Amino acid sequence: MALDPLSSLLYLVSGVCFIMALRGLSGPETARTGVLYGMGGMAIAIATTFALKSVDGVFLPIVGIMVGGSVGAIIAKKVEMTALPQLMAAFHSLVGLAAVFISLAAFYNPLAYGIGARGTIALNSLIEMGLGAAIGAITFTGSVVAFGKLQGLISGKPMTFAGQHLLNAALGGALLLLLLALCATEWDIVFFAIIAVALVLGITLIVPIGGADMPVIVSMLNSYSGWAAAGIGFTLQNPLLIIVGALVGASGAILSYIMCKGMNRSFLSVLLGGFGGDAATAAAAVGGDKPVKVGSADDAAFILKNASSVIIIPGYGMAVAQAQHALREMADVLKHEGVQVRYAIHPVAGRMPGHMNVLLAEANVPYDEVLELEDINRDFAQTDVAFVIGANDITNPAAKTDPKSPIYGMPILDVEKAKTVLFVKRSLGTGYAGVDNPLFFNDNTMMLLGDAKKMAEDIIKALE
Amino acid sequence: MSSELLVNDARDLAMRSADLAQDLTTLAGNISLQAAQGGDTHGTFLMMGITIFVLACFVGYYVVWRVTPALHSPLMGITNAISSVVIVGAIIAAAPEEGYWFSTLLGFLAVILASVNIFGGFLITRRMLSMFKRKEAKK
Repeated sequence: MALDPLSSLLYLVSGVCFIMALRGLSGPETARTGVLYGMGGMAIAIATTFALKSVDGVFLPIVGIMVGGSVGAIIAKKVEMTALPQLMAAFHSLVGLAAVFISLAAFYNPLAYGIGARGTIALNSLIEMGLGAAIGAITFTGSVVAFGKLQGLISGKPMTFAGQHLLNAALGGALLLLLLALCATEWDIVFFAIIAVALVLGITLIVPIGGADMPVIVSMLNSYSGWAAAGIGFTLQNPLLIIVGALVGASGAILSYIMCKGMNRSFLSVLLGGFGGDAATAAAAVGGDKPVKVGSADDAAFILKNASSVIIIPGYGMAVAQAQHALREMADVLKHEGVQVRYAIHPVAGRMPGHMNVLLAEANVPYDEVLELEDINRDFAQTDVAFVIGANDITNPAAKTDPKSPIYGMPILDVEKAKTVLFVKRSLGTGYAGVDNPLFFNDNTMMLLGDAKKMAEDIIKALE
Repeated sequence: MSSELLVNDARDLAMRSADLAQDLTTLAGNISLQAAQGGDTHGTFLMMGITIFVLACFVGYYVVWRVTPALHSPLMGITNAISSVVIVGAIIAAAPEEGYWFSTLLGFLAVILASVNIFGGFLITRRMLSMFKRKEAKK
């Protein structure tokens, strides 16, 4: 479908708006304008499409936009900030499903897109359609599984089974063969078979991946939804969709890369899954029978009050316990006492990129007190107290010292260099990686056993 | 005599119409084939599309690397919202000049799904960003 010059121009403007939207995210102040650019770009894109010659009767789409839009608006208003990762997964699944539907619609009504007639669709359009539908379907079921894991509907533990990689390879091979068959025959049964196989592949790809690898997976699905959009852009011969698809695809890929680097793992090893399952037995007895110092909220309050600088290290446990507000209150009390309080964020803390930053922002922590790993790691040596709350593996010194540890080589926050480490944790169990944390047994570590939120509240009481 | 002429004429006419029909079918075939290949436009679009795609990947690469890590969650929100620009394809499917009910239905469903994402994605991003405050801005 050749676009008329005006529509092409408007689509280009819209694409530029989207680039500006991403560009704005380089800082919190410019980001707000960025979102406006994004909204404007989307409005231009939709309006231009309504004005296209090949679009007749705007009633149905407008009803669709109103229905979908109000659902989306309600969700965005109601959802808890701690539930962001699963919300993102759910949103990705919708993009995936929409991509499947659009490919199917183009397959059944190619005339509307100007890519041939039913039964004589151009070869490259068939390939693009098939690929778009397949990527969309994988994104859909993959995101649904990720959502289930993040929401706790299915076990966050990696589920592995014999011959799993073989099965995935076979499904992938089948997908390729079916794509060839589609080009040769153009039968709709083959098209549906492609979708069906891709749906299964989405499930089998994500099921073996453990809960804490989810930052990578959520980013990866983000990337997939972009590639699916680009695929549809090729089918529709629409440059805007290709531009946006490439932007989103690149963004998701970069986030996946950053997350992988944060765990010192290759993307492939995350994809192959199964991490954390069998490692538990391998490195169980690091501490041997060394004593663990367990303290109370009063002890912690005493130590914190007498410190001059404190660095708080939040992790997924803080999100689970919804402890961010109590934590901020505790920090406020400390600041009132003249203690310098800062926060240290590990790239993979939480269940999605930037998860901790959003939660702390929600609790009104000013963002200039929240620092990234590379900016703050050197300061631990000059810090009186490192307050670890709901994090574990990202503080585990074994990553630096024990080559046998499954997390060896992962960049960690050097909390052990602080004069005192206060470690809030529900029990002395291992973290997600199933690795014992030698930090627990250090002389300068005091364990504060209990729920993160309750512990923070108790410390506030003891401080006052 | 005249009846024989008439029969001949009729036969002639029948043969010509058969020829005409044959011509018509070949013509229709050619047209559909040409439509299928999209003439030359599709071939050139493919190359142009790939060019756009590769360049946009680079733009995305450089723009996203500049995003501060603290805003990675809003980044996901906003990319999620803009990837729903596939709604363009959904609208075309839902409101075609010549409809086919199954395609129209699929298009309609896709419009709904994409709209959930567009509104949900942008609004949740705005909500996230509204929470990021500087130290001075407090109280």
